[in-house]
Amino acid sequence: MTRKTRRLWLVIACVACLGTAAALILRAFSSDIVFFVTPSQVVASPPPKDRTVKLGGMVVAGSVHRERKGETPVATFNVTDGQAAVTVHYEGILPDLFREGQSVVAIGTVQPPHDFAATEVLAKHDETYMPKEVAEALKKAGKWDPRFGPPPSAESWNQMTVQDARKNTATQPATN
Amino acid sequence: MLSPELGHYALALACVLAAIQGILPLMGARRRDVRLMALAPGLAIGQLIALLTSFLCLVYAAVTDDFSVQNIAANSAVSKPLLYKITGVWGNHEGSILLWALILGLCGAAVAAFGRNLPSALRARVIGVLGLVATGFELFCLTTSDPFARIWPAPMDGQGMNPLLQDPGLAFHPPILYTGYVGFAVPFAFAIAALLEGRVDAAWGRWVRPWAVAAWCFLTCGIAMGSWWSYYVLGWGGYWFWDPVENASLIPWLTGTALIHSAIVVEKREALKIWTVLLAIGTFSFSLSGTFLVRSGILNSVHAFANDPARGVFILGLLAVVIGGSLALFAYRAPSLTSGGLFAPVSREGALVLNNILLCSLCAVVLTGTMYPPFMSLLFDRTISVGKPFFDATTIPLALPLFIFMGFGPMLPWKRAQLWPILQKLWVAAVITAIACAVAAFKLSGVLPILCAAAAIWIITSTITDVVERVRLFRAPFATSVQRARMLPRAIIGTAIAHIGVGITVLGLSAMSQAQHKIVEVPIGTTEHLAGYDWTLTNVKQEPGPNYTAMVGTLEVRRNGHLITVMHPSKRSFNTQNQTTTDVAIHTNLLADLYGVLGDKHGPESNPTYVLRLHYNPLAPWMWLGALVMAFGGALSLSDRRVRVGAPQRAKSSAEMSAAS
Repeated sequence: MTRKTRRLWLVIACVACLGTAAALILRAFSSDIVFFVTPSQVVASPPPKDRTVKLGGMVVAGSVHRERKGETPVATFNVTDGQAAVTVHYEGILPDLFREGQSVVAIGTVQPPHDFAATEVLAKHDETYMPKEVAEALKKAGKWDPRFGPPPSAESWNQMTVQDARKNTATQPATN
Repeated sequence: MLSPELGHYALALACVLAAIQGILPLMGARRRDVRLMALAPGLAIGQLIALLTSFLCLVYAAVTDDFSVQNIAANSAVSKPLLYKITGVWGNHEGSILLWALILGLCGAAVAAFGRNLPSALRARVIGVLGLVATGFELFCLTTSDPFARIWPAPMDGQGMNPLLQDPGLAFHPPILYTGYVGFAVPFAFAIAALLEGRVDAAWGRWVRPWAVAAWCFLTCGIAMGSWWSYYVLGWGGYWFWDPVENASLIPWLTGTALIHSAIVVEKREALKIWTVLLAIGTFSFSLSGTFLVRSGILNSVHAFANDPARGVFILGLLAVVIGGSLALFAYRAPSLTSGGLFAPVSREGALVLNNILLCSLCAVVLTGTMYPPFMSLLFDRTISVGKPFFDATTIPLALPLFIFMGFGPMLPWKRAQLWPILQKLWVAAVITAIACAVAAFKLSGVLPILCAAAAIWIITSTITDVVERVRLFRAPFATSVQRARMLPRAIIGTAIAHIGVGITVLGLSAMSQAQHKIVEVPIGTTEHLAGYDWTLTNVKQEPGPNYTAMVGTLEVRRNGHLITVMHPSKRSFNTQNQTTTDVAIHTNLLADLYGVLGDKHGPESNPTYVLRLHYNPLAPWMWLGALVMAFGGALSLSDRRVRVGAPQRAKSSAEMSAAS
């Protein structure tokens, strides 16, 4: 066995393994990636029914209903990004940190027109931490401009409208 | 006496000592100045003493409730139990960085203490490189995250600790995980020292391997503990979420596993030298990036309890210097390292190369899955996430061939091997695996779990076959076998045990894919059926705790009318933080876990209903048991006589050889 043939075997093994890895990754990317959507995106252009997505936003205060379907607990609540709201149905235990008027991420599928069947609900991890996706979505929705300070308090969230947010930012000196 | 100011001063002193430790011995090694090189061990031990003093000061401040220290006011409270006052020291960002620095100091001192048989230049260089890394981290601690910063006026009571973190599992998880992460700094320092010297030989492989194995053992335990913690604390019944933070610990584990295998080839056959050096650099780089990912909040994560992008800039700079610098040095010096040791593709070396290729492919897959979402959001402003389906679909097909080759790789002789005689020896293992595969196909659902279960059985049976062959059990008289078993090097027994540990873990993982669960909302007295068990909620009552009030349920589990266990899942409300946590009740018989979670209370006070989450998790304990077995195997191979004795003579002879060549 010469050095050259050994190297050839090595290259073949590397290419085979990394090629397999790349093929697996590409295949998984086409089917197993979960996109993040906001309620307004769901309303504007709902993703296909069989596609798992992550829905993020704020839980509308007073919208949480818990009921029993037989022995199964079902929670229903509205999630909003300030422009549109989507009703989430979730069979299971809501996380300990789930609160009305605070941010939430639900993983599941969109049931047309504006319903969402969640298989998993994640609440933010502590009192000061907002999931980055939700923060981004809120910024896009015009609810919060990070140049003008921290996000408005969660209690006022549901009453606030896009117009209010614009009014708030308009009264601030524009610096862009 | 142990005031925060003393702690702060000791930390600054440690930083200065680390800087001297990073400069003088390296200069000494370059100029062949024996006096400068001889400074290295003393400086390393001095730095450790300074860091220990600093750390003790912080622990003292935490235990005595000194709320004038900002870090303690923000993370502690008078009502917190003593254990968590101590462990809470490293439960926050500042303290954990100090712990990181302390462990790094410990590593440097360990090299100083146990590295007596190293050539003095190599030892000076290793300790020097460790000093440079320590300087960076201690500067980071001093400038951006000072654990001793005071506040005025001091509050009467602290804000308390996140109740999720008040758990014995999590209390000891960070030190062990950090020891794993930081431990890879030693192989890294050896790699840099070898590049500076321009020489890697069998002796180098022999010296670097124990350090890598030790770090690997700690990292294995640390990862297993973290997984166990999320299993019994978070109450979702899951054990691994493919969360970026978990992946950040898995990536160095994969490359570290590759490293401890490729170092064997360096040690025995003087081949794969450049590759091993690169792996040592890569593993520590991934460990550092792991810290960076956790601490900077660049990745979304449930663990991000301490995210602060401002600190990220410093860490990013530190990473750029450490990783970029070491890779540049590698690119500059690696071509001067001679490659040696020819071997055929079918040989022990070949199997170890295959192991490395597969482990690195796995690492690449996990890395891609972890880094793709942040890159997508950075470059294309699209928010996506990659979860369990992605990682299952990509990692398992790559892991399966690894498991298959693990079976007979250790049986192949060095240099050149015949595959057929080895496979003939394994016919018993193959038959057992085939039977296991048939049983699994009958019992489990899903192709991948069946294949994984069969692969796990294959690993265990073929590893046992290997040991049986080595001691000639059933072929020689029993006494001879016992005699041979006694003579077997501990490293070989350690390898076998670690491989069996992998098998146990994989078996646990494949059985866990069949876990069953049920979520119900029931009044008291209802009986539920899950996995052949009858679960009855008989009572729920309120109980006060030290700093919380708990709603405790009583769950009786019966099978065919016989009482199996009474479980007490509870839900705790912490007053200080206005938070609730779930306290899972787990009953295990080592073959399966019964896992009960008590959820919210609903309905009228006269006839309330409770949400219950019931899980049946087959072979769940095996996942962590296997990890412990792996770590034990690693520790056992560390106790091998050949490791302790070292090979100074051989070092000299190979030094002469390289000087001659």
